[in-house]
Amino acid sequence: MVLLYIILIPMLGALLSWLLAARSTALCRWIALVSLLGSLALVAGIWVISAAGNVPPDRWLYNWQQPWIPHFGISLHLAVDGLSLVMLALTFLLGALSVLISWREITFRVGFFHFNLLFVIAGIAGVFLTMDLFLFYFFWEVMLIPMYFLIGIWGHERREYAAYKFFIFTQAGGLLMLLAILGLYFTHAANTGVYTFDYFYLLNTPMQRATAQWLMLGFLAAFMVKLPAIPFHTWLPDAHTEAPTAGSVILAGLLLKTGAYGILRFVLPLFPAVAQGFAPWAMLLGVAGILYGGQLAYSQPDLKRLIAYTSVSHMGFVLLGAFAFNELAYKGVVMQMIAHGISTGALFIIAGLLYERMHTRALARMGGLWTAMPAMGTVTMVFVMASLGLPGLGNFVAEFLILLGSWQASQVFTILATIGLVIATVYSLRIMQKVFFGQTERQYALPDLRLREWLIVTPLIAVILFLGVYPQPVIKTITNYELRITGPEATTSPDANNTRAAPVTDSLFVIK
Amino acid sequence: MLSLIPALPFFSALVLILGGRAFSRGAVSAIACGSIGIAAAITLLLGIPFVQSGESSIVQHLWTWMQAGNFSAGIDLRLDALSLAFVFVITFVGFLIHVYSTGYMADDADYTRFFACMNLFVGAMLLLVLADNLVLLYFGWEGVGLCSYLLIGFWYKDPANGYAARKAFIVTRVGDTAMAIALFMLFQHTGTLQIPQILAHAPEIWTTGNAIIVLIAFLLLGGAVGKSAQLPLQTWLPDAMAGPTPVSALIHAATMVTAGVYLVARMHVLFTLAPAAQTGVAVIGAVTLLLAGCSALVQTDIKRVLAYSTISQIGYMFLALGVGAWSAAIFHFVTHAFFKALLFMGAGAVIVAMHHEQDMFKMGGLRKQLPAVFWTFLIGAASLSAIPFVTSGFYSKDQIVWLAWSSVQGHTFYWIAAIAGAFLTAMYTFRMVFLTFYGAPATHHTAHTPGNRMMIPLYILAACSTLAGFVELPHTLGHVTLFSSWLQQVLPAVQLQQESVALEWTSQLLAAGLTFTGIYIAWTWVVQKPDGMVRFSQMPFMRWLRRLWFSGWAFDGFYNMLVVRPFVRTARMNRRDMIDRIYTAVTRITEWCHDVLSRTQSGILRWYIMGVVLGAVVILSVLIWRVSV
Repeated sequence: MVLLYIILIPMLGALLSWLLAARSTALCRWIALVSLLGSLALVAGIWVISAAGNVPPDRWLYNWQQPWIPHFGISLHLAVDGLSLVMLALTFLLGALSVLISWREITFRVGFFHFNLLFVIAGIAGVFLTMDLFLFYFFWEVMLIPMYFLIGIWGHERREYAAYKFFIFTQAGGLLMLLAILGLYFTHAANTGVYTFDYFYLLNTPMQRATAQWLMLGFLAAFMVKLPAIPFHTWLPDAHTEAPTAGSVILAGLLLKTGAYGILRFVLPLFPAVAQGFAPWAMLLGVAGILYGGQLAYSQPDLKRLIAYTSVSHMGFVLLGAFAFNELAYKGVVMQMIAHGISTGALFIIAGLLYERMHTRALARMGGLWTAMPAMGTVTMVFVMASLGLPGLGNFVAEFLILLGSWQASQVFTILATIGLVIATVYSLRIMQKVFFGQTERQYALPDLRLREWLIVTPLIAVILFLGVYPQPVIKTITNYELRITGPEATTSPDANNTRAAPVTDSLFVIK
Repeated sequence: MLSLIPALPFFSALVLILGGRAFSRGAVSAIACGSIGIAAAITLLLGIPFVQSGESSIVQHLWTWMQAGNFSAGIDLRLDALSLAFVFVITFVGFLIHVYSTGYMADDADYTRFFACMNLFVGAMLLLVLADNLVLLYFGWEGVGLCSYLLIGFWYKDPANGYAARKAFIVTRVGDTAMAIALFMLFQHTGTLQIPQILAHAPEIWTTGNAIIVLIAFLLLGGAVGKSAQLPLQTWLPDAMAGPTPVSALIHAATMVTAGVYLVARMHVLFTLAPAAQTGVAVIGAVTLLLAGCSALVQTDIKRVLAYSTISQIGYMFLALGVGAWSAAIFHFVTHAFFKALLFMGAGAVIVAMHHEQDMFKMGGLRKQLPAVFWTFLIGAASLSAIPFVTSGFYSKDQIVWLAWSSVQGHTFYWIAAIAGAFLTAMYTFRMVFLTFYGAPATHHTAHTPGNRMMIPLYILAACSTLAGFVELPHTLGHVTLFSSWLQQVLPAVQLQQESVALEWTSQLLAAGLTFTGIYIAWTWVVQKPDGMVRFSQMPFMRWLRRLWFSGWAFDGFYNMLVVRPFVRTARMNRRDMIDRIYTAVTRITEWCHDVLSRTQSGILRWYIMGVVLGAVVILSVLIWRVSV
């Protein structure tokens, strides 16, 4: 049940804050914050219990299932393993921070804003939790529509264009995935006679190579648009730039990660053989993203757009590592998902803080801000360094593990990706130079970080440093994931029958 | 205990960053200098018993950094003879530079930030030399790059400083990329990144000259030339002069540029297994020391002379590494750290005295006004140009010159380069001394004498620059080998082709003779007949050569043309992302189709009837045609 609460609390918070916003906007903000912190506490609790309980690898920590539409084999099936757990922790951390960041920024239709914000977060949490493909598609859409409103209503100047673009790209990908889900459903039924959307049943569905290929491409379409991979990335700079700060944080920090998560959770385990065949192409797209996104980031005149393109570059590492098919790269990919979520989220927050003060995103109109805001400069320096992969910060661990792993898979691609680190240096240092260094012509003073802003950036700095110098707790938590892909278990399916037979309970370690 | 050595600078940097403006200047100085001072004291406390005990290393495991699959890297520190030599120089010289900085930076508004970065710098460098595995070494390696960026661009208001800072970071990062790939390859083939394991197993895995090990060694060399400012990645160092002078002293003497020397010495087993790469090290060293020596000869900025001289002296160290004279390279590193820190801080004292004037042609005659600075600077300059018998630079450089020819990997070409370099060194060094301290004062500024906080480090370093040489004397002069025999725990002894006292004497005398000739030429041209030099340098060919050398052999222009401009230009051209254009085109086409089709719905009845008729005609004709065929 606890897994259901994790999703329900923000949904409930969403409704409450919408209803009560008319009475008091402050109350609405507090409800949103508290409900997200509540879910965060639940996730933290699961993490603590699982860390203390010495979970053997290849186990699911929690598993909960209720029939929903049994006629079609659809059930409410939620389960959590190490991968889901760390993604959930990231979700609610960034979620809570994005409520805080909107405290001053959002001034109209506050209730509806928080309704949408919390619903996106609930949708994301659902995506990370659900083990039923029908339900997965449902949550996939739940993420999409509130996000469309967030961009379209509270965004910057070209918000409508950006919102449409975001919607059309993701929706097109999502529909292809729906086709693939249905295809998988019927293929599984044709081969086994069981109609089910359950993930554990559908794993290792026997199918022909051509079928598997088409189905995999259907899933990949959705995930590669979300990730985003070249050439489906062009919605991202517009959406990120035009979204309000909280929207950018959620987009960069979490929505992109659902694409990465989808590849890890569905594409690779469901279609291991064809995925391996597709690997060179995926790695090529990953490397192309790293280099192309990096160069585009360098050339942007708009701070938020620059940061947006760095996401294209960094998520290229995810694609490269996910299709390297080894344990090192997988751990690196998950680390990258978290570290990128934190560091890019933080950079968007900083861009938002600058926008609040200067009402511009144009790099040409900034410069020399260090004098006025040394604290913000220092904070930015930390995340800029994270973005260029400086050791001691989380992103380095991630990128190093990915490259170390992908070297075993493809040396050419790894060399090209490593060159991407030089480009990362070039565009990252450009941020510092254009915003904080150099001369300033401004006549008016700017306030440095305030208390609320310190509250936002401090946890982010703490997490990125912690991930950089002691990532072992996180790496250990995600250990049980890649065993299922790379280990011998992946080829046979011991889970499938047990899953159905297992009693529907809410206790630890029931389901293998 | 061992972990305190890097932890103290890191911790004090953290305190300074967090404390920010809460501290008074005195407190900042105490925290910054104190932490490095204590680290230096711990080095002595730990190092003296360690040297006496004759143990090979002290290891300290702190925690597991990352562990995934069969890969594991810990925060593990290891102290052995090689790292002790480096740790000693870093903490000791670093401490003196810190003390000096409290005087030099006394009036700067960003006092705290300066010392936070300096401490971080020292901490990163200590981590680099104490790391027990290559990933941790890479941590320190990149940390050093970051701190150089922060400090070179310390005076951030001038965009030129920011440019120099970014250049330093990016150029060294190019080298780091090569090094990262070397790490991937080492892990692939040895299954570990622990340095002792790699060194122990490498000879079992690879035979000498194996293509893979040669490639790995070359890639590591790529990292080393980046950090150590050797050909072809030397371009960042002269520009790095944009930072405050104590930063230059720190970069050139104690940290950063010697990292490459450390890396090659640390991984010496791999280079021994890859003779081609080791030859590469020697050739790069020999060529770099000559090119940089020439460039140093024509600079006008006192700090740029010193910068090129560093590149040149590191070239000597690379040459020594390349001919297998491992301990000679480390010995030269130690003496160089003393006299180069001395020279930079002396130059800093001059610059402050001249109200931040760095052009040597606007100085002159400072000998009388700043006698203490003059004498200490002269001691440093003498050591740099290796004046025989009384300077440490003589003993360390002489060893390299001799071994460049006499070791098994030695070659006459190396020897010629080394001895020509000695001549160039003497010439540019004393050109600088004479321009700065002799002749008529070029400006009427009254130079003010620096305070004790700046002068005492100079005295100490002057003493070290003289005395440090006597721990290692050549065969011909007493034959003391304290330093090299101690280092033999880690680094193998150099193997000689043949020992010939007569030839060694010849080489030494020749080197000494060329040194004095160089000084004499500098004296004639700068002090006695400056007109002659002006006329000589105005000859067309000399002017061209002068410009070439002044620009550092035009490497900057070459790289700009080859890499920077194409990258920036394509980036500008593609600012709007051509892939997005494709999607825009799709929407445009859709909109166009919509326009065309919506025109047909005009509401005019006769057009509709016309359409129906035309359609019927077409359908009928197709049907008739099908039937008739």
